[in-house]
Amino acid sequence: MPRTVRDVVFVDGVRTPFGKAGPKGIYHETRADDLVVKAIRELLRRNPGLDPKKIDEVAIAATTQIGDQGLTIGRTAGILAGLPQSVPGYSIDRMCAGALTAVTTVAGSVAFGAYDVAIAGGVEHMGRHPMGEGVDPNPRFVSEKLVDESALFMGMTAENLHDRYPQITKLRADEYAVRSQEKAAKAYANGKIQADLVPVSVRRTSPEAGETGWGLVTADEPMRPGTTLENLQGLKTPFRVHGRVTAGNAAGLNDGATASLIASEEFARENDLPVKMRLVSYSFVGVEPEVMGYGPIPATEKALAQAGLSISDIGLFEINEAFAVQVLAFLDHYGIADDDERVNQYGGAIAFGHPLASSGVRLMTQLARQFEEQPHVRYGLTTMCVGFGMGATVIWENPHFEGDK
Amino acid sequence: MSTTAELLKQASELFPDEVVTSAHVRHFDLPAGAGRFALITLDNGHDHTKPTTFGPASLANLNAAIDQVEKEAADGEIVGVGITGKPFIFAVGADLKGVEILKEYEHALAIGKGGHEVFKRLSKLAVPTFAYYNGAAMGGGVEVGLHCTYRTVSSAVPAFSLPEVFLGLVPGWGGCTLLPNLIGADKAVSVIIENSLNQNKQLKGKHVYELGIADAIFEGADFLEQSLIWTASVLKGELEIERPVIDRGEGWDQAVAKGRFIADSKVHGAAPAAYRALDIIAAAKNGDLQQGYDAEDKALADLIMGGELRAGIYAFNLVQKRGKRPAGAPDKSLARPVTKVGVVGAGLMASQLALLFLRRLEVPVVLTDIDQERVDKGVGYVHAEIDKLLGKGRINQDKANRLKALVTGVLDKAEGFADADFIIEAVFEEMGVKQKVFAEVEAVAPAHAILATNTSSLSVSEMASKLKHPERVVGFHFFNPVAVLPLLEIVRGEQTDDASLATAFGVAKKLKKTAVLVKDAPAFVVNRILTRFMGEIQNVIDEGTPVEVAEKAVEPLGLPMSPLVLLELVGPAIGLHVSETLNKAFPDRFTVSPNLKAVVEAGKRGFYVYDSGKPELDPEVAALLKQGDTVLTEEQVRERVLDAVAQEIGIMLDEGVVAEAQDIDLCLITGAGWPFHLGGITPYLDREGVSERVNGKRFLAQGVASVPA
Repeated sequence: MPRTVRDVVFVDGVRTPFGKAGPKGIYHETRADDLVVKAIRELLRRNPGLDPKKIDEVAIAATTQIGDQGLTIGRTAGILAGLPQSVPGYSIDRMCAGALTAVTTVAGSVAFGAYDVAIAGGVEHMGRHPMGEGVDPNPRFVSEKLVDESALFMGMTAENLHDRYPQITKLRADEYAVRSQEKAAKAYANGKIQADLVPVSVRRTSPEAGETGWGLVTADEPMRPGTTLENLQGLKTPFRVHGRVTAGNAAGLNDGATASLIASEEFARENDLPVKMRLVSYSFVGVEPEVMGYGPIPATEKALAQAGLSISDIGLFEINEAFAVQVLAFLDHYGIADDDERVNQYGGAIAFGHPLASSGVRLMTQLARQFEEQPHVRYGLTTMCVGFGMGATVIWENPHFEGDK
Repeated sequence: MSTTAELLKQASELFPDEVVTSAHVRHFDLPAGAGRFALITLDNGHDHTKPTTFGPASLANLNAAIDQVEKEAADGEIVGVGITGKPFIFAVGADLKGVEILKEYEHALAIGKGGHEVFKRLSKLAVPTFAYYNGAAMGGGVEVGLHCTYRTVSSAVPAFSLPEVFLGLVPGWGGCTLLPNLIGADKAVSVIIENSLNQNKQLKGKHVYELGIADAIFEGADFLEQSLIWTASVLKGELEIERPVIDRGEGWDQAVAKGRFIADSKVHGAAPAAYRALDIIAAAKNGDLQQGYDAEDKALADLIMGGELRAGIYAFNLVQKRGKRPAGAPDKSLARPVTKVGVVGAGLMASQLALLFLRRLEVPVVLTDIDQERVDKGVGYVHAEIDKLLGKGRINQDKANRLKALVTGVLDKAEGFADADFIIEAVFEEMGVKQKVFAEVEAVAPAHAILATNTSSLSVSEMASKLKHPERVVGFHFFNPVAVLPLLEIVRGEQTDDASLATAFGVAKKLKKTAVLVKDAPAFVVNRILTRFMGEIQNVIDEGTPVEVAEKAVEPLGLPMSPLVLLELVGPAIGLHVSETLNKAFPDRFTVSPNLKAVVEAGKRGFYVYDSGKPELDPEVAALLKQGDTVLTEEQVRERVLDAVAQEIGIMLDEGVVAEAQDIDLCLITGAGWPFHLGGITPYLDREGVSERVNGKRFLAQGVASVPA
């Protein structure tokens, strides 16, 4: 049977506002599955041309797949969202790159011809499921020195990355973090973020956290607009005495969910769905788990090579800010300035938060909006580091590209 | 402190046991920059199994919340106010426990005023108000939303009603006045009168929207979010809410007339609530809300201080509570599992029982009878009924396949019953026949199997007496139509043991029947009382009172049908048979009417012909009647009939046929359809002084189903 690889496009993406994990967080009394259900429903409402019966898959990522993130959440979320029973679903886990992997996995199936259109997203309620919940690492990791113990603690891997690149100082990391907050606040002020958020109703029964009863969340909770360098310099370095990684120059512990529509370009055009980005290449690469923040570099190398592109072809970058040091390592590697305007134009996870397995689609949603605004840019990339030493990169083409005018 | 707050504070002191509902106020920005919003959440702090209600302290909390948002609205701090409920529940209205304890008219009046004073503030804020019916809403829960400017409803709302008339009240916190002014009198009458009197029928979310009670409907998955987005559009003026113009002319009067017709056909003027509600709806035509609220206050107070409401609440509690935890049932841990059911007989009753066991227990059910043709007919009936359920979409094909595969018929009892745990007989109503059937069954059934009889009048003990193991025989008396009437009289024979009885109650619960434990006494409860009642009607007719006078005499009770129409439904021959049985047992009180005998012997199926559309005495029956010359008035007839009933119940309680008068009432409500406003019958007999006159004492203490002393 002759087979043609098909072009795959990012049709649309939405997310819940992100919350702070913990008893005072906005989503403390909200279930994880409800978060992703609300994102899926918003996605469908925004794309009324899509007949839900035509959806071929629901791929939802979560790192801790137990409780309300378990039970094959891709399937249960589809049913809870009111999708037809005929639409299947499954769960995905690649820790921080969960949603990104959901996108590339369904994209592969679309390219292969197995699917026409699929929902890909992720959720992480780190309040209900703290990092490390229920983990049981094989003792051989340590006894056979397969990895250093620090590999299991993301903050320590970030300190390790600082060790590897001594030129990335705490000051540079803090300065980067301040800029992330500033850019995020500006993007909010200009309405760049809200358009892709779905409001979420939240209940609070404990008065310690604020007014009780039902409320509505319409904005990211972790944001700290007005953060100054002075604010950051006083923060503790919880992962190492006299370390460099602080709560200020890293993403926090967060709750949130994302969902996107991935389709063949042909299907999108036939069904009058928007084509916001065209998939060029994607790649995942493993690195030493102790410096997992290095991951985006080899992953990007590989993705660029597959696409026959060089870094200079990339006009916009959406890099997940798990830690400022990991972004700076990437920028240093490619000789890009810390404040290069192509990078994280709307700010990043340091400001918005990083609910692990949901974040990949946030990067894409923001890149898609930037593509639309900047038709002179042809290519962009989304990249993230992943726990246990991995990097993930997706390169996208701007369908609004107007050529070299 | 405002007068309302003071009033509520005083009221709450009368009701220290109230489960208090909080009214949480939370502020947030609406989407799309529509502004700051205050949302009130009604929440009693329990999960959905304990729905949110309004007692005086709860109303005071809502009042305080409104104080807060009223000021914020006046100060321009907020653009709107919403009200919603905890998960799955909006609010289910007034706390009836708080109503039961009231004994002063002034306090009853305060209940109405308290609700009005609080709720109506929602219509007078400086900003628009929105009710979001997120879950079950009843009575005052519905009404609090009616006072708001706009309403949305979740398509997942399973139950929405104004059930006051069903209980014996009126929707008196604005319902009678606001609802017809919102959706028109015709639809309001359907909700307030028709649904209430139609076994308290509940609306679902989509009906609430279709009726125009809600301005918008959203799905359950993100109901509140979508309601708030909608709210933002309304507040920004992007959405114009148009409501249909209602007919304030003849249509209004016709609707009220329709309501009266419905009320007459259901309660025959015997209970005041529906009529009071209709009076207020009629007056609401002029759109004067305050006048309506005042009328509601007065109606509420009158009804709260009246016997019908107290009987209604009593009846409601009997059905909801006592009906679910039968008095005198042994510990349920003694019950044995029932994994296969046998039915002896394959006639109509037996087939109906087979279908019921099959549907509820979903275990193999095997029918036996004396020839293959009857067995085939019985199984065929069950299959046909399953197909009907399938056709109506009540079950799917898989379930139909499963049920059909579970029902079988055999001639050989040994083959059918060897592994049955519960065997019920529904054969000819004759002691010898039933004893023989049980002996045959015992010979082949497992030692633990329950032998149940659906006899309506024979002695269960006698039926069991010749068995090796009489301790496993239980009476299991259903009421026709089996699928409709909830009552199941469970009869304990002299030798019935606790395990068998517990098993019988366990089965009853799975059958979703209201089980009442009854002593092995002639005709048990419902048939004995109905037969005494009918017998007295027959007696006065036989003595010379015209049929129509005798029939009209009991109309003020508001029974579901007149005595002779009931006799027609039961079948005069069966009626005669039961009266003969009871006459044998209690010849001094139960007579056998010669006229009834004549009617049965003439092969008549009833007393009336319906050629003109209304029941008229059949001339052939009239020709058969031989009456004396003692003509009583309606009052005299009523007194005789009620005295007879009171006497019989008194004797039954003395004999210990049931544990308490409450069980008699529960039986009459669920087995004979006697109305809530009578509380079954004993509250009515107490209220009318009949109990005192006949037995020298009340059946129920003052304060039970009546205003406390």
